[in-house]
Amino acid sequence: MSTRIPLPYTPKVLELFRSPKNAGPMEDADVVESAGSPACGDMIRLYLKVSERDGEEVIERATFESYGCAANIAAASILTELVVGKSMREAWRISWKDVADELGGLPPIKYHCSILAVGALKRAVRSYYGKVGRRPDWLPEDLTIEERQTLEEEKMIERLYSGQGFRIAIALPRSGSSGQGA
Amino acid sequence: MSVGELLRVHGKPPREVYFDLENSGYVPREVVEEMIPYFNSVGYGHPSITHKPGWEAYEVVHETKELLSRVLNAGGLGEFAIVHSGTEANNLAVLGHALANRERRGKILVSAVEHLSVIHPAELAERLFGFRVLRVPVDGEGFVDPEVLRELVDRDTSLVSIQMVNHEIGTIQMISELSRIVKEVNPSTVFHTDAADAFGRVPIDLRELEHVDMLTISSHKIHGPRGVGVLFVREGLRLEPVLRGQLSSERLWPGVENVPLIAGFRKAVELAFDGFEWHVSKTRELRDALVRGILERVADVLINGPSDFSKRAPDNANLSFLYVEGEALTVELSLHGVYVSSGSACTSRILEPSHVLLAIGRRHEEAHGSILLKTSRYHTVEDVEYAVEVFPKAVARLRSISAARA
Ligand SMILES: Cc1ncc(COP(=O)(O)O)c(C=O)c1O
Repeated sequence: MSTRIPLPYTPKVLELFRSPKNAGPMEDADVVESAGSPACGDMIRLYLKVSERDGEEVIERATFESYGCAANIAAASILTELVVGKSMREAWRISWKDVADELGGLPPIKYHCSILAVGALKRAVRSYYGKVGRRPDWLPEDLTIEERQTLEEEKMIERLYSGQGFRIAIALPRSGSSGQGA
Repeated sequence: MSVGELLRVHGKPPREVYFDLENSGYVPREVVEEMIPYFNSVGYGHPSITHKPGWEAYEVVHETKELLSRVLNAGGLGEFAIVHSGTEANNLAVLGHALANRERRGKILVSAVEHLSVIHPAELAERLFGFRVLRVPVDGEGFVDPEVLRELVDRDTSLVSIQMVNHEIGTIQMISELSRIVKEVNPSTVFHTDAADAFGRVPIDLRELEHVDMLTISSHKIHGPRGVGVLFVREGLRLEPVLRGQLSSERLWPGVENVPLIAGFRKAVELAFDGFEWHVSKTRELRDALVRGILERVADVLINGPSDFSKRAPDNANLSFLYVEGEALTVELSLHGVYVSSGSACTSRILEPSHVLLAIGRRHEEAHGSILLKTSRYHTVEDVEYAVEVFPKAVARLRSISAARA
């Protein structure tokens, strides 16, 4: 196969992979957003049910669907647990690092799983306020690190497909540090 | 992070079946028992020293080569260099050739689906010495087209390396024909074949394969211990050692021979070739039952590699399960005690899926869902039945939460 790397997941990752919380679509979701794509090998779709409580929007329920590795499923699962009961403003402050920490840590090569999960969350929050037609003052216009990284991952796959193409080129590209030959 | 904790949470499944023979596997008791005396009661000496434990060690090395010569019909054709892995054998073949021919340089042709232990040394030869590496394309089942190869070989072609059997998708290349074509176009081109996944699975006769100059074998691909590889080098070939140090019985590889492991490898070769035909047909029947069983019970599965199973190594099965990601599936199957690997990007250092699957034209999302299984004569019908029971459950669970479902 291609170049391998050991992936010693934490017990929490394995537990949540085995028995994820809040998995599956949500019929009455107020907002649905996804991050990543099947071509990237990583995709998370997040469903949120939002209600108003004391003048604040609160995430009442959250579910996810995931296409991705064990870490991806665990990250999406823990994220849904983290956001439920939080106001949108609090949920916005969750970072990819928080998600990784809640999992007891992730192998560095899997950081993008928690980035993708939080990327989906931030997109969902933006999309919610886009729908209601109002931008709260705590919601910045600039993309967060997780949203930017998510976009980056989604674009990378397009480049891989459109670029010099792995398949047809006869000459092997010179290998940089990537370690992939073909 | 504690790996011990991970293993505790994983637990021991009620039944365990290991199909990840591509990435290494178990060593049967007979092979282990063969090795043990060589650590401390016989042959623990250095094979190039003149004392009894040394000669006992040399006997193991010597007998192993004699055995290889018999099973490969290579008597008088060249030498067998015993090295420490298939990776090292491939490095010796490619870089050893490049070192010996660095003044003339020229082109190195490798198939697009070679093992990285061929591709990366070829790229290194390009960087270090200025060889030009060309990748020979393959068709949708992994075959090199003989006529395309004929087009690519020219006066300037120094080395061609095409594997006998692909490690991921089991494609059996027509090495006899491909090597003949290379020599027809350019008799001075050297032909190497990586036979790590062919040895013990398809018949190999080095007298018939007269145009093959070098051939690679790896011990752990035939239920031998890890850490032994062999490069057959035809008489008269120019090759330089890659590693430098004190030579012993090997002219092409320095260092003290690992005699216990070589003894284990020798035993594994004996076992593989004692009833070769029977082993192959048993392996094939188990593989066929496994693939058939899974395809009957799981929808949306692609077969990667030759669909005509007679053109495929008898042990190899490679399936893509659409809408699930392969790494997650390996973990799910592991929780059920079925051990396999995936060509998904998620198992790799660089987040790109298997270059073999991309080379045969699989889309990324198809490659990400790929699962590689290999059967062997050590599996039972019950092992296969168990896997066939587990697969539909595992795939269904992951599909039920999949974001990629249409
Ligand atoms: C086709 C092929 N070549 C070479 C190797 C490398 O052999 P080893 O694992 O002994 O280094 C392998 C093993 O993975 C292989 O499948």
